[in-house]
This record gives sequence, structure tokens and C-alpha cells, in this order.
Amino acid sequence: MAENTILPPLAERSGALRWLRKNLFGSWVDSILTVVGALIIFWVVKAVLVWVFTVAEWQVVTTNLRLFMVGQYPLEQVWRLWLALAFIMFLIGNSLAIWARKSYLITILLIAFPLLLALLPFGVEPRKWMIILTVVGVIGWLIGRAKPQALSRHVIIGWIICLPIFILLTRGFTPQEGFMPIVQTNVWGGLLLTFLLTIVGIIFSFPLGVLLALGRRSELPAIRITSVLYIELIRGVPLITLFFMAQLMLPLFLPTGVTIDRVLRAMVAVILFSAAYLAENVRGGLQAIPKGQFEAAQALGLSGFKTMYFIILPQALRLIIPILVGQFIGVFKDTSLVAIVGLFDLVGIAQTVLSQPEFLGLQREVYVFISLIYWVLSYGMSYLSQQLEIKLGVGKR
Amino acid sequence: MAQEGEVIIRVQDVNKWYGEYHALKNVNMEVKKGEVIVIFGPSGSGKSTFIRTINRLEEHQRGQIFVDDIELTHDVRNIELIRTETGMVFQQFNLFPHLTVMQNITLAPIQVRGMAKAKAEEVAMQLLARVGIPDQAHKFPGQLSGGQQQRVAIARALAMQPKIMLFDEPTSALDPEMIKEVLDVMIELAKSGMTMLVVTHEMGFARAVADRMFFFDQGQIVESGTPKEIFESPKEERTKLFLSQILSH
Repeated sequence: MAENTILPPLAERSGALRWLRKNLFGSWVDSILTVVGALIIFWVVKAVLVWVFTVAEWQVVTTNLRLFMVGQYPLEQVWRLWLALAFIMFLIGNSLAIWARKSYLITILLIAFPLLLALLPFGVEPRKWMIILTVVGVIGWLIGRAKPQALSRHVIIGWIICLPIFILLTRGFTPQEGFMPIVQTNVWGGLLLTFLLTIVGIIFSFPLGVLLALGRRSELPAIRITSVLYIELIRGVPLITLFFMAQLMLPLFLPTGVTIDRVLRAMVAVILFSAAYLAENVRGGLQAIPKGQFEAAQALGLSGFKTMYFIILPQALRLIIPILVGQFIGVFKDTSLVAIVGLFDLVGIAQTVLSQPEFLGLQREVYVFISLIYWVLSYGMSYLSQQLEIKLGVGKR
Repeated sequence: MAQEGEVIIRVQDVNKWYGEYHALKNVNMEVKKGEVIVIFGPSGSGKSTFIRTINRLEEHQRGQIFVDDIELTHDVRNIELIRTETGMVFQQFNLFPHLTVMQNITLAPIQVRGMAKAKAEEVAMQLLARVGIPDQAHKFPGQLSGGQQQRVAIARALAMQPKIMLFDEPTSALDPEMIKEVLDVMIELAKSGMTMLVVTHEMGFARAVADRMFFFDQGQIVESGTPKEIFESPKEERTKLFLSQILSH
């Protein structure tokens, strides 16, 4: 430090007492508000802690943990789900080592997450798999770190085939006596079903939403009107009505003998619904791009498609990351409505569990538990998106 | 392909309206290959609109425009063809903020001309050296000064190896100390034989390199001539008045 450095005035320097005085006890009114606020917080926290540790009967959760996670999915086939998760974990490890080299906190949190879960009262088998997941994650990270350049393309391909592999492993592909017998979707449930509905909903509604947004701005009246009609029609009805249509009305229109899987129908409803909202969000992003960007691209001779693909969409989508993540979180939580049409997602399982005589009256425990799951995953998405924004923000105007 | 001295842009009786507003009135112009044309006039005179009709960023409603013997019509293929032959530099630079300088310059050669990436990058480095900023290739536009951004924009346009360069008030958005670095690049380009149409109020530039000047007012060409004719013996009162206003300080 140079000798003539000018220090800030004494009052601006830190100090716990000074901070307290400035922020909490600045005046009589402040002091009273601080004391009242502290009392309220103390009272609420105490009540919650007392309930969590002495009153609540958590055995309803521990006994039914498997139901909450995978529904009626056959116990002897659960290893396939773990295997799929291990594949994802490997990719996460790779990706972190390749694209987030400096983000040690995220890396440790994500890779150690299964290990943390193993501290919860799961059985022996799940704990074994959770430890395997972390080990696989670490291996993936080490491999990614060793050869980041050579691997990046493979990892991208891995992420692209990740969902099909997950679904293939979940569903199985051999007859009953084979080593991977088909598990019908009617026993898929719990977090597994919620997760699949969400991921499929997000992945497929995204391109559809972008196409609809572009369609709405198209100069061709037929495309524009179709897009507007679709968007306004879907946005005009609640998601639950789409689920009812898909589950109850669709069979009426199909020829007899033709049935479409109920989970598939729910997925389609989520996709159609989410796409309409996504289209409007993307349109908002497109409108924020200055006209000069279109003109510069056109002046270089880029075609309309290439202008969109290379210049406009990358900027528009980057602008709306917070909105997109908000919507994806919305999709995640909205999938809980499938419980009403008789699918056993997290909420559906909660209802089933609570209807068993031995667990009557334990709504609080069950709903607090599934709320916690929803919160952890939603916040996880939100946190990752903030990191993504920071990373992509480099070099922005 | 036009030879030196042949007509490369022919504009005949071009008219344009924005709704009721008559933005261009019977504009005629012929530009020969290698000529440097300066277009000036008060704001709202239609000079920017005019230069933007030449690569169809603005559509003309009556009259004909031929660029390198291709007529600008609704035919999208002709429009894209003419745009690849015509570089444009904008007042607000319009660089792509999400791409590096290198990517800004190589995008069109790779995607439109089908040039190999390595070749495109080699060309880009030569162009960056030519505009005087070879060390900025891997920065993003937001990290450069206005003058540097505009020079990147010029390099980006040149990367398509255009036959014609259009400049739409290229120095108007720049701080005074950066105007010279952009004008120097433009002067060097003019001396290299590039056909240029420049909308500008930089009369020093016009004096130094313009072959002909056109004065626009109220959507019309009021007067045209060599810089010597325009500066020393303007015929029209309106031209004299405008020149006295912009040269007085």
C-alpha cells in the first residue's frame, strides 16, 4: 500500500457494534422494530424446531421413502434407475471439469450431493448406490480434467443421448424373463415420474416454443395466424383442463383398440402447455434485440434462417435466461397437477400414502417433506441458472 | 464483372414513401467502379434512406436500382447476392455483441461464402492488421472503444470481399478523438480503389478523397459535382447555406 493512500473516514469502516447501531438501532423506532422482529423470529423458529424434533412423526416418510422416490417401480429393477443416474453423474463430473474449472463450490456441492443424501435414513442398498454415484462423479471429473479439449464433443453427445438412455433404462426393452424386462408406465411414480414429466416437458417444449415465437413474427399470414391461435388458445385454458382432455377426452376420439400411454399423454399436455408460454417469453427476448443487429446480418448477406440462428436467437435467449428458468421451475411444479387425473407423481404418491389407515392425519409431515423436495430442486435450478448467467455474461455489451 | 470506369451502380428515378411521407423523390445516380462518392445534407434529407436502398435494407417503391448489372427486385436470391457484393458500415457499428471480434469477421465468409474456417481466420487477421487493431481479435466488441469497434465493423464488411462499400454516417457516433482513426482507414480504402458511397459530414474526408459529391435535401439531389465545384462554386443557394453552416465552426 502506498504511503499516501487515503483511508475512508472512521465512520465508514467496519465493526460489528457500529453495524448494529447503524442498521438495527439507528433510532427509537428502529430499536423497537428490531426487538419485536427478533421476538417474532424466535417464536416462529422455536415452534418449527419443536414440531420438527418432538411432535412430527417422520416414520411416515422413512417407511414410504421408496414410494416417494419411484412409486410402485419394482424393487428388483431399481438398479436400472441408479445406473441411469450414475451415467448422468458421470456427465456432470465431466462437464464441471471441462466448462466450470474454477467453480469449485458448485463442483463439490454437486458431486458430494448423493453423499450428503446418504446421511439421511435410507436403507443399505440406496446408500451403497449414493456412494457409487459420488465415486462415479469424481471419476468423471478426473477424466474430464485430464483431457478437457478432446472430451468436450463426447460430453455434449452424452448429454444429448442422456434422456433417451434414461427413459430406455427406466422402461426396459426385453420380455419379462430378460435381463431388462419392460416396466409399464402405470407403476412409474413419485419423484421419478415428476422428474421425467418435467425434463421431457422442458426439452420438447423449448424448440416448439421457439418455433411458435418465430412463427408469430413471420411475414406469412398463414404461419402467423396459426401461431397466434395456438398460443392464445393454450394460454387461455388452465393446465388441468389440458390434462383432463388428454386423459379423458382423447380416448373418445381414437379408434377403438388404439390406446396411448397415460404418462405419454400427460407429457404431451405439459409440452403443449409450456410451449405456448415459452413462445411469448422468447418473443419478448426477440423484441429486445435492436433492429441494427438484423440489418448488420442482412447486409452481410446472411439468409433469414442464418440471421436468426447465429445472431438473433443466441442474444435473445441469453437475455431471457431468468424468465426461462422461472418457467422451467413452473413446469416442474405444475406437473403436480397430474395427481388430479390419477397419475402417481410426488403429490399423487403423497395422497396415496395418506389414504393408508396407519398414516391417517399425518398430512403435515408428508407435505412438508415433498415441499422440501420441490424447494431443493427448484432452488438448485435457480442457482445453476445464476451461475450460467454469470458465465455467459462475459463480454456482453 | 464491371471493369475500372464502368458503371457499377445505376439508380433511375427512385422514389420511396413512408406512408404519406415522400422520402425519396426521383433520385438518379450513376456510380463508376472505383469512384468515391460523398453524400451529405441536412438530417431528414433522405441521404441515409437512399444509401440503404442500395442493399435493400430499405425498399424503393418506384424506379430501378441496378448493382453490378443485377436489378434489385423482390427476388430474395438477387437481394442476397447483391448484399454479398456490398459491404455496409453503420453509424452505430452494429457489431454482434455475443461474438468475439474474430467471430464477427469470419461468420459471414464461413456461412455465406463457404470459406474454410482456417482460411477465414487468416483473412480476418490480415484485415485487422489493415485497420490497425491486430491484437484485439479475441476480445468482445463491448471491450473495445468506439473507434476500434467501427474499425472492426469495416474489417467485417471487407471480409466478404465486396465490390462496393456503403458507409452510413460512420463517424457520427464517435468521440472526436476517435474520428480520425476511422477516417484514416476509410482514406486508405478509398486510395486502394474501392468503390465507396459515404454519407458523412466530414468535409475534410470529402476534400481528400471524394471523386464526386451529392447534396441531398428534402428527398432530392439538389446539387452534385466534384469537391472543387461544390466547395468553391456551389450553384444552389441551399447548398451554399448548408455548407456555410457546417464549415463555419
